[in-house]
Amino acid sequence: MDFEDTPEEAQFRAGVRDFLAKAAEPRPPGSGLVYRAGNEDPKFRERAKAWQAKKADAGYAGITWPTHWGGRGGSPIQQVVYDQEEAKYAVPRGLFDIGLGMCIPTLCTWGTQEIRDRFAGKALRGEEIWCQLFSEPAAGSDLAGLRTRAEPDGSDWIINGEKIWTSGAHYCDWGVLVTRSDFAAKKHDGLTYFFIDMRSPGIEIRPIKQMSGASHFNAVLFKDVRVPDSQRLGAVGEGWKVALTTLMNERHTIGGRVGAGVEDVFELARKLDLGDGPALQNGAVRDKLADWYVASQGLKYVNFRTMTALSRGDTPGPEASLGKLVNASMLQNIAAFAMDLMEQGGVLCDPNLAPVAGAFQQTLLTSPASRIAGGSDEIMRNIIAERVLGLPPEIRLDKTLPFNQLPTGKR
Amino acid sequence: MNFDFSDDLKALREQARKFLRQRCPTATVRRVLEGPEPYDLRLWQEIAAMGWTGAAIPEAWGGAGLGHLGLCVLAEELGSALAPTPFASSIYLAAEAIMLAGSDSQKQAWLPKLAGGTIIGTFALAEGPGKADPGKLFTTWRGGALTGEKLPVPDGDVADLAVVAARGERGLQLLLVDLNGPGVTRHAVDTIDPSRSHARLVFAGAAAEPIGELGRGEALLRRLEERAAVLMAFEQVGGAQRALEMARDYALQRYAFGRPIGSFQAIKHKLADVWVATELARANAYYGAWALSRDAPELPLAAAAARISANEAYFLAAKENIQVHGGMGFTWEFDCHLHYRRAKLLALALGSTRLWKERLLLELEAANAPL
Repeated sequence: MDFEDTPEEAQFRAGVRDFLAKAAEPRPPGSGLVYRAGNEDPKFRERAKAWQAKKADAGYAGITWPTHWGGRGGSPIQQVVYDQEEAKYAVPRGLFDIGLGMCIPTLCTWGTQEIRDRFAGKALRGEEIWCQLFSEPAAGSDLAGLRTRAEPDGSDWIINGEKIWTSGAHYCDWGVLVTRSDFAAKKHDGLTYFFIDMRSPGIEIRPIKQMSGASHFNAVLFKDVRVPDSQRLGAVGEGWKVALTTLMNERHTIGGRVGAGVEDVFELARKLDLGDGPALQNGAVRDKLADWYVASQGLKYVNFRTMTALSRGDTPGPEASLGKLVNASMLQNIAAFAMDLMEQGGVLCDPNLAPVAGAFQQTLLTSPASRIAGGSDEIMRNIIAERVLGLPPEIRLDKTLPFNQLPTGKR
Repeated sequence: MNFDFSDDLKALREQARKFLRQRCPTATVRRVLEGPEPYDLRLWQEIAAMGWTGAAIPEAWGGAGLGHLGLCVLAEELGSALAPTPFASSIYLAAEAIMLAGSDSQKQAWLPKLAGGTIIGTFALAEGPGKADPGKLFTTWRGGALTGEKLPVPDGDVADLAVVAARGERGLQLLLVDLNGPGVTRHAVDTIDPSRSHARLVFAGAAAEPIGELGRGEALLRRLEERAAVLMAFEQVGGAQRALEMARDYALQRYAFGRPIGSFQAIKHKLADVWVATELARANAYYGAWALSRDAPELPLAAAAARISANEAYFLAAKENIQVHGGMGFTWEFDCHLHYRRAKLLALALGSTRLWKERLLLELEAANAPL
């Protein structure tokens, strides 16, 4: 039992360190708060593209991709090692996660060699950004309930409908899209999967303003949008199978800590006086701090167990759901509790007035999204119950009827 | 990254699991719970014969020299099986105290017997309800003689040897007491978990020799508790996992409203939460095992985290196991209460969650860096 690299991992790590030391600036010390706000800024995106190209040149983009996709053909543990090292540097992160983690692997799995050659390399070098057009206003956790319509027209398809929660639609070049091509078939049997040029005529993109004030997501409206049949992935009516390839990778893409965490609330408790001394000396505060410390340590070592499995070449199971489930609620609770400690002043969110630059107030408003995006808490619990514990799936009312005969409620 | 037990230790765990499934079904636990026997003597002898009691004791003192990682995997299985033996008292506490601070002659005198299971050891700290504050113990040690009362002492009715915490002339001192000698009386007491016996020990001038340096008793006590907490955490994780499996199995087999109750989200989500708590506890216990096996400076923090999360996970798993079983869950006949009793017993055995949270915070403050 140890935390050390294998000789192969150590060698790989040395190479990564060498590359990063030459190519990037170390991250300045600080609280380590990471926000995803940068993607909205065109200058950030330019920097991200430049950095991605450097990584690709050095062979560190697409570490786990097979070589015939243009990847390194490396192992998941090498990706972990790379990420650990890159986290020490001030480099732009996150812009290509959805494309490289979800869209392109789907394209490469289901598309022709020609499609691979055209798209994989450009995505890997950051020259094209991809988005995912899956969720709809009436199809979230129940994705297969989607009703964006695809109708054949000669060698094209005509798309009509509305997608939602699409990160970065307004700056993306391409998107992957699941549609319903047969409303009379059973729910999972009438879907067809495409990839689409985001500048196609008839696409309208409307930013969604979140409760935090930020707009990371969009609604994407399709009005008679034309897609060539050559951009279909998988057979007509088999879109669900293709979509599962995309979703399999989602857990690896979403996640990571977004918001003020346990070390920030410790820091606050040290500094903040409750009137009868520092918050850190208060019994109720200490009780909470202990809970959060123990949970975050537990998550850290669950993660180390996952890395151990990766290091051995095993595939980690649905255990990955655990981190997201625990972390999202914990951050929400930490934020609310930290603000309580600030009493009436806790409402202040001006970074110049609020402790830790307003991070807790910011987290209060962003953490609800973390409990929903990328699989809601409830879906995560279902996954654990069914795939880890082997409990039966929910009784379904929607598996046998044609889609157009399913009850839908008011829309 | 190799944050796992070796293949050899996993094989040992598997072997222990098979043995206990066969040799220690819940009928065995119930026999002790319901009958006059304080523990299962034959099971204890068989465990000792396989070398489990001596797993972490060096070969020089009659042990198997497997190290503490070996003891951790055994503890997990003993906890899972609810083994009605004095293993924790004798090994995690008495043997551990002697290994930590005993003189060569003390080691020579006691470790081979503890390793071989020919004697039973225990550890006596509590003096009735309320916190056993090391600075305010009533039991005193003067001129080599021990006077006072300890309650409850796990396995105190059957132990041959006790490590006793008492107030000496230079503060708290740990002492070795031969419980079969003069000046010791003991009576079994009822506890919430009769599958593990407990006693009141009364010392009236019993002979007691110090273990460890005089004046350093508090530090030794802390170290002993940290080491035992990691080992106990493995028992608790084993118990939590077993309680979760019982609930899962029942939820699959019990039908209501025309479907298995395990298909209701009310049950699925409850058990998902139990699984999450158990996995967090397991991960913290593993880190504790790492720190224990290397005697790492991180041990105080790692042990506290392991203890707190194991206390919470096992009690959660045990109480929700009853809930999933519905009406049958709170009958004497069903086994759910065995885990429920044991979960609370173990959660108090080395001090409550509240005390360990305070220890954790003191460590974090001293380190001045939480993560």
